[in-house]
Amino acid sequence: MSTRTLSALTALFLALAGAGAPLALAQPRPAQLQAAGSEVAFTTRQMGVPVEGRFGSFSAQVVLDPRKPESGSVRMAIDTASARFGSAELDAEVPKPTWLHAAGFPQATFQSTRIQAAGPGRFEVVGKLGIKGVSRDIVVPVQLAPAGTQHVATGTFTIKRLDFKVGDGEWADTSMLANEVVVRFKLVLAGLPPL
Amino acid sequence: MRHHPVTMALHWLLALMILGALAVGLYMTGLPFSPTRLRLYNWHKWAGVTILALSALRLLWRLTHRPPAELPMAAWQRRAAHHVHAALYLVFFAVPLAGWAYSSAAGFPVVLFGVLPLPDLVTPDRVLSESLKPLHRWLAYALATLVVLHVAAALKHHFVDRDGLLLRMMPARRGGAPTVQPIHR
Repeated sequence: MSTRTLSALTALFLALAGAGAPLALAQPRPAQLQAAGSEVAFTTRQMGVPVEGRFGSFSAQVVLDPRKPESGSVRMAIDTASARFGSAELDAEVPKPTWLHAAGFPQATFQSTRIQAAGPGRFEVVGKLGIKGVSRDIVVPVQLAPAGTQHVATGTFTIKRLDFKVGDGEWADTSMLANEVVVRFKLVLAGLPPL
Repeated sequence: MRHHPVTMALHWLLALMILGALAVGLYMTGLPFSPTRLRLYNWHKWAGVTILALSALRLLWRLTHRPPAELPMAAWQRRAAHHVHAALYLVFFAVPLAGWAYSSAAGFPVVLFGVLPLPDLVTPDRVLSESLKPLHRWLAYALATLVVLHVAAALKHHFVDRDGLLLRMMPARRGGAPTVQPIHR
């Protein structure tokens, strides 16, 4: 067998092995986040007044086989400059260093470390939430429901803004501005394996 | 002939609250974003809602109790006074309602005294909020103008015409009898 034939065979073998690799790894492909219908919103309380904001720009990498959630992972990135409120005054205020400091920390991130089933269509996503350079472990309860050919993941969780130095200084008084911020999300996902 | 003590109490309480709300309203809008600004905005809204509620009570009182006979004055003055009073009642309602609607449209529900959430008058809407803001402001300016007319006329009657008009809205010094006749009696 000539050297040339041998190397041709090797190349063929490697090509076959390479083509077979994705089949061998039973990892589902990432789902595609659909911008239409998806939202990340949050509610703060100022002197008892609920004030709602939402982020206009965020991305998510979701790899999840609902029947085998432990092997999945979720990563989200939210553009901190994209927070929008009912009033232009707050739109202009929140990207400032006192709040989300969008110039210094353009993204808030979430990276899952563990996903576990918590009932039919329910999951607990444990992971690290990073805002303004501070990372905290959080547990996010997620409800997953089919919607036509897609899936909708929804959930609500509460964080403490002062943990992330959001609104420090003169705004640290939590009787004026509550420490708790309720985060609500709805992610429309295409390409998830069925429940 | 004096007004009824309840009439006087409502008149002076609302006078104080309205002047306070006007002053805070003028001052707060110029403040930078700060806890002080937020606090004043909330106080202003609480005052506005209280003024609205007391004005409803006052209108009800006015409709069920006849004021004492009017002092003699020129017919045009009587007419002008009636028009100003009617316009004042109108803005007592219009100014707080426009403010409340503006707050709702801007995504800030009113929570009375920080504990009682009030319903939104309109759904949050940026475009609507930007037209309700000047509406609230101009109605408030109209209210201020009417108050100036009202006060100027009252002072003119009292100090120029010397007809004792102001005393009608002042408590009697020594146990003066109330002089209002309830309509249904």
